[in-house]
Amino acid sequence: MSKLHVRLLAALLTAVGLALCYYKVEILGLPLLPTEQAEVWTVEARIEFKARRDTAVKVQFAIPRAPRGYTVLDENFVASDYGLTTDDNGLRRQARWAIRETHGWQVLYYRIHLAKDPTAEAAPLPTGVDVPVDTQNLPEPLQAAARGLLNEVRSKSADDVTFAQALLQRLNAADPDSNVNLLRQDVSGPDEWARRVVAILREADVSARPLYLATLKDNASRGSLTPWVEIFDGESWIDLNPATGEAGLPGDAIVWTVGSEPLLEITGGKNGRVEYSVRRHSQEMTLIAEQRARKMGSRIMEFSLFSLPVKTQNVYRVLLLVPIGAFLIVFLRNVVGLQTFGTFMPILIALAFRETQLLWGVVMFCLLVALGLLLRFYLESLKLLLVPRLAAVLIIVILLMATVSVMTYKLGLDRGVSVALFPMVIMAMTIERMSMVWEEFGPAEALKQGFGSLAVAVLGYLSMSSDYLGHLVFVFPELLLVVLAFTLLLGRYTGYRLLELWRFRGALKG
Amino acid sequence: MRAGGWKDRILPWRRLRTLGILGMNERNADFVLPYNPRSLYQLVDDKRKTKALAIEYGIPVPRLYAVVEIEHQIEDLPRLLAPHGEFVVKPAHGSGGEGILVVESRSDGRYRRTSGLVMTEEDLGHHISNILSGMYSLGGIPDCALVEYRVNFDPLFAEVSYLGVPDIRIVVFRGVPVMAMIRAPTRLSDGKANLHQGAVGVGVDMITGRTYHGVWRECRVEEHPDTGGELAGIRIPHWDDILTMAARCNDMVGMGYIGVDIVLDRDLGPLMLELNARPGLSIQLATRTGLLPRLRYLEGLRHIPLDVPERVALAKTVARCC
Repeated sequence: MSKLHVRLLAALLTAVGLALCYYKVEILGLPLLPTEQAEVWTVEARIEFKARRDTAVKVQFAIPRAPRGYTVLDENFVASDYGLTTDDNGLRRQARWAIRETHGWQVLYYRIHLAKDPTAEAAPLPTGVDVPVDTQNLPEPLQAAARGLLNEVRSKSADDVTFAQALLQRLNAADPDSNVNLLRQDVSGPDEWARRVVAILREADVSARPLYLATLKDNASRGSLTPWVEIFDGESWIDLNPATGEAGLPGDAIVWTVGSEPLLEITGGKNGRVEYSVRRHSQEMTLIAEQRARKMGSRIMEFSLFSLPVKTQNVYRVLLLVPIGAFLIVFLRNVVGLQTFGTFMPILIALAFRETQLLWGVVMFCLLVALGLLLRFYLESLKLLLVPRLAAVLIIVILLMATVSVMTYKLGLDRGVSVALFPMVIMAMTIERMSMVWEEFGPAEALKQGFGSLAVAVLGYLSMSSDYLGHLVFVFPELLLVVLAFTLLLGRYTGYRLLELWRFRGALKG
Repeated sequence: MRAGGWKDRILPWRRLRTLGILGMNERNADFVLPYNPRSLYQLVDDKRKTKALAIEYGIPVPRLYAVVEIEHQIEDLPRLLAPHGEFVVKPAHGSGGEGILVVESRSDGRYRRTSGLVMTEEDLGHHISNILSGMYSLGGIPDCALVEYRVNFDPLFAEVSYLGVPDIRIVVFRGVPVMAMIRAPTRLSDGKANLHQGAVGVGVDMITGRTYHGVWRECRVEEHPDTGGELAGIRIPHWDDILTMAARCNDMVGMGYIGVDIVLDRDLGPLMLELNARPGLSIQLATRTGLLPRLRYLEGLRHIPLDVPERVALAKTVARCC
């Protein structure tokens, strides 16, 4: 039975459409609302060095592994002519640039785009103490000072963490004793200080290592990484601020690299320097989710509309709304029973309204139809044949549009200029059809159908210009399957039309 | 009637259903689409084909004086029409009475229309060329113009028509006439016989062929709005012949759900004017009866008699019981 067939098909289409949509929302994290924006951070490392003549150049640079709390949207390595490899030993990730022959100042870039994502887990790190640690020991006079300090602190602590914190407090105290003073000597910056803290902690048999953090602060340029300290408490690594002893990482920081190996190693070059700059910009959630989904290797996103060139995407942003308009027409004609000129003409008018904005479009439509009708009635008295008359109306419509555009532009209403994209063939047909209905059925019927068309066009415009719907159909084109399902169902709708209740009101009275 | 309870009395669509009113969607989906094969539409949409078929079948139709197919033939028209003082020009593919022009007399190259307007030969030529270019045809496809005998309607209807010819519309389903009305032109309808253009619809009793009250613009009327003639109580002559003719039209085109338009000529009796593959629903307003019970009853019959008189008898049975 065909009715059952249609219903089953509609149910299937709805199920497929909604399931795909559910998958994209729940699993891939695509947003249902168009307004959601997320912060995207771009951290750029600029590496500069002078290459030695006639030697191969190798550059090793530490780069972040997936940082906790952020999603890596994209990474770029910018270095012309250099060969690039990356490797990840489970703790550190490194980029290796290499070139056989070059000279002079070289600049290499590494760029990473990060979006905040509370659910993102850090890449798993080896948790045990078998983490490579360097065995750089403190020089002799410092060793003694350190031991003295450590003995003092040890008695006032319960475990490795409180011990390390107490130690850091002592080391950073405002009124240092002689041991601390000694340990603080010839430390030229926070980087060296973190290394020193690690070395002192090692002296006390606490597993410790330095960390490098990139602080996400907008418009930070020529910055450097913040050194931090991590200790192992037997189960996990605890982050400590080397300047205060506070546990934890700063809220706006990501771990760039771990370990005391140098951030940048250059062979075949000298005067190597790294500068970090940070930039914040907001990006639509959609794009972020889309990129993330692609990172996750989802087949569905590979075939999404986002994979098209941007220009084509923009065409589809409009095109995908047409089914919504078509569905509206189906509804207004088969369920409500509105009369319009032509079947899908109101949708084309509605698309034209997108160019002109609603109010101006409606004014324009009424103006053009009214003027066109007047001229059409004049043409009628000339007894022209149909096709030449249609062409004449078309020419007149275009001239009218041009006139209106020039006039409004001169008056300083630049809206009038955008009207140029109004579909004039449609307008010419509308005028012709309206004048025929006018002659055959009288002005009342012509105006009724004219306003019917206009009303449908306005409703079509309102639904097709909704950001929300536009977002939904573009990000979840599968929802059009649901629209299709309902269209099919309406195709077998045999109930009364709303206006028929009015038409048959005479029968109801009886 | 309380069969459906309070909901049926309050909710308008349930009341329409109780009354058996057929809606546009249901007509299209359940009757027009399944019973009228697309390939046969040309037989009813092209009035020339319908006419040729009717002549072949021996169904009386208004005589065809001339067919204008190309612009060039318009020049020839005055000569062709010379023997006929009155005639009707209509597009072969017209619908809803559009583009029909009735000439009732002429004098020295001027044509007088029933509406009182006088046309020159040039005006007439322009109208015909408009028809040729597809102005009145569905989808604007090129058309041809038919010039045919103007019906002298039966004086019986003189009191209930204004400026035009009243016709009898009969809906035929599976070869069985199911409902009938008279469509009487008014001043508002400009001599045309379409209810939505303002013509009066008058219900006809299927069994006796007698008219009862009418409907004009969704209101019940007892008198013709222009002539004041009583609408009810007109006994249509040759009623069984008319029903037979309608039933035979079904066999002629092979469609299951059609509207047959018949006029009563003073001299020639009933003539078939045209067929319609999507008969309108206004007949239900004119007769104050829903089509659905009759259609569903006939739909449920496994066997419809081939014999035409038996079908006419069945039509009366259906009208009696539904």
